[in-house]
Amino acid sequence: MMVNHPEGIAADSTGAPPMLSVKGLRKVYQVDGGEIEAVRNLTFDIAPGQLVCVVGPSGAGKTTLLKCIAGLLSPTSGSIELRGEPVVGPPHSMAVVFQEYGRSLYPWMSVRANIELPLKNQGMPRAERKKLVDEALAAVELSHVPNSYPWQLSGGMQQRVAIARAVAYKPQILLMDEPFAAVDAQTRADLEDLVRNIWQKLGVTIIFITHDIDESVYLGERVLVLSNSPTVVQEDLTIDLPVERDQLTTRSSARFTELRAHVYEQIQLAKAGTLTGAVPVVKKRRK
Amino acid sequence: MSKRLTSAALGIAGVLLFLITWELLPFVGVVNERYLPPASRVLVEFFHYLGQSAFWGDVGETMTAWALGLAISIVAAVVLGLVIGSSTFLRRATSSTIEFLRPIPSVALIPLAVLLFGVKIESSLLLVFYAAFWQVLLQVLYGVADVDPVAENTARSYGLGRFARIRYVVWPTVLPYLMTGIRLASAVALILAITAELIIGSPGLGQQIALTQSGGAVPQMYALIVATGLIGVLINAAVRLLEKRVLSWHTSVRGEVAL
Amino acid sequence: MRYLKNVLYFIGLPVLLVVMWWALTLGPTNFFVPKPLVLAQTFWDVWVGERFWTDFVPSIQRLVIGLVATIVLGVIFGVLIGSFRWLRSFTEPMLEFFRAIPPPVLVPLLMLLVGINDQMKIIVIVSGAIWPVLLNTIEGVRAVDPVLSDTSKTYKITGFPRLRYLVLPGASPQIMTGVRQSTSIALILMVISEMFGSSSGLGFTIVLFQRGFAIPEMWSGIVVLGLVGIALSLISQFIERRVLRWYNGLKEVQHDG
Repeated sequence: MMVNHPEGIAADSTGAPPMLSVKGLRKVYQVDGGEIEAVRNLTFDIAPGQLVCVVGPSGAGKTTLLKCIAGLLSPTSGSIELRGEPVVGPPHSMAVVFQEYGRSLYPWMSVRANIELPLKNQGMPRAERKKLVDEALAAVELSHVPNSYPWQLSGGMQQRVAIARAVAYKPQILLMDEPFAAVDAQTRADLEDLVRNIWQKLGVTIIFITHDIDESVYLGERVLVLSNSPTVVQEDLTIDLPVERDQLTTRSSARFTELRAHVYEQIQLAKAGTLTGAVPVVKKRRK
Repeated sequence: MSKRLTSAALGIAGVLLFLITWELLPFVGVVNERYLPPASRVLVEFFHYLGQSAFWGDVGETMTAWALGLAISIVAAVVLGLVIGSSTFLRRATSSTIEFLRPIPSVALIPLAVLLFGVKIESSLLLVFYAAFWQVLLQVLYGVADVDPVAENTARSYGLGRFARIRYVVWPTVLPYLMTGIRLASAVALILAITAELIIGSPGLGQQIALTQSGGAVPQMYALIVATGLIGVLINAAVRLLEKRVLSWHTSVRGEVAL
Repeated sequence: MRYLKNVLYFIGLPVLLVVMWWALTLGPTNFFVPKPLVLAQTFWDVWVGERFWTDFVPSIQRLVIGLVATIVLGVIFGVLIGSFRWLRSFTEPMLEFFRAIPPPVLVPLLMLLVGINDQMKIIVIVSGAIWPVLLNTIEGVRAVDPVLSDTSKTYKITGFPRLRYLVLPGASPQIMTGVRQSTSIALILMVISEMFGSSSGLGFTIVLFQRGFAIPEMWSGIVVLGLVGIALSLISQFIERRVLRWYNGLKEVQHDG
């Protein structure tokens, strides 16, 4: 199960065909009385097994990008390919964890039924389903509440259920849209470690969208900084922190502080509207 | 803007399709023309009615029974609801009785109304009152139960008396519930006003419908039914407008439930 | 002790009312108001026996068939119309009109079109009572949470499973609201259709008693209708509590938070 995550390899230098390839993505919304350009021109590749954080100021079209990748919105122009296949609808091998945990779980189903539903829908036999659900519940440390309704749980626990559902689905790529924006700080730290843990165990490709700079640096192997609307890639940064991270030592390391400062600087630039152009800028900063 | 236009155009198309189907059904022979005259015939009769003072007299009778019955039931339900709702003892003591009386269909009272009042307007009023009263009472009780205890205690701590608390704390909370009750009650009241005229024979549109049916004046009967439908549409629109006016300060708080 | 108190609260007022009724009718016989014991005796004599089979059961049968058809058709068409924006726009003005027609006027109309028979009474019930279920289902289906809808899409839950696991449960609170309103209209229509043109049934019998000035018998019929209304309301409350257990719990949590 362990997938090799070699340390310090630059984002797009792996040579292997990319898991996800976004080229010249542009999305314009038609609204009453005109058009809004949410995403101008996004181009990037994501290698298999990478954990990439996408960070940007609020209103930077992060959610639009996620919805395009998830096949929930069709781009105005440009292309999105998953392992070479163009994305036209929600792909089979993809799972999404939304920010609104309270609204992404079926409130009329128990925790177990919520996790089981996508598997049942695939026609998976009962015994196999049970095994996957139990494993997923164990992975998010919720084995004790399978028969509760989601709304009987705390926010953090609800988001764990959503993650367990995604894990049980065995996706090749997992999209997370600001999943921890609405939970308290302590819970958030626990959930961040949970995501790292799952990523290491399952070797799944993860795209994690956040507006939190610390979170993006702590979680990611690579951080994409988006500019303010209309959106382009402002910065593509490799996070060369060790694979084993923990809240205390990693966050207090000098390198973490440095990377965080760099991302912060980039976001300030993005907010100010100083665009560096539509082409992704790859920077390698090494000590 | 263009979306709204498309939707309006689709709506008009829907109405036209309905009218054309209605017009064609008797011609194709799906139903006997004697029982379902074509739409054009009925519309002609309908416009003919609009010019008759007798028709407007009947509309007046129906609307009087509707408005009077509704008004009496709203006043009675609001007063009783506020009294019952503000006392835990009364609320608990009356709940079983209310739960028993509320589901009794008001049409069960038709024979009683006939015995007591015959074809007078009081018959209609009894039925309208019984049907509309429970709708409003229940909503007022829900509303009083929903009063925020913090707001209530705050008002108490500032020394507001019982009457002032009802005026400034209870009433604003109850108002949206009351409006829901009025919306439901006004629809039910129209149903019962027409029913009383139809079955008991008190004067009004319902009585005319029964008369045209037994007299074989079928196009006239359909025209009168169209008229009752339009009255219903107008009442719904008026109540919604009233609701919007009264609750302009917090329409966003409430979800819309279609009746 | 607390249990006893609850029982007292429950039966206190009803018992008080019956005692008042009894006390007020102690004196000379009032033509319109029968004494409680006379009414109880009449109720037993009239409704337990042949009338139960000739009038009560057929009425209830028609009501149940009509109500089931109402709910099934209302939900099917509601899901259909609610799922397509263009269909909603297309049907909206006509639905606005139809739901505003007071359903009892359909009785004379359908007597002409269908004739005086069982089908007519069932069609009256369906065509008058369908609107609340239909309109509430449309609203419920339209308002399915977009996040939940996106979630279902990403997990490839489409077509029939989407209907079964997402749309119907999501719309169920509104559907139940509609069912409750439709049920009381259906009962009204059952009675009216029997009063207007019929030779059997609860509505017919009660009017018959009234015309013959059989006052205690008439009152016993009113009591039967009342009991039917109460039974329907209890059944629908029971079903609602089961179907919407999740919804009531969710609302409670949201109110506390």
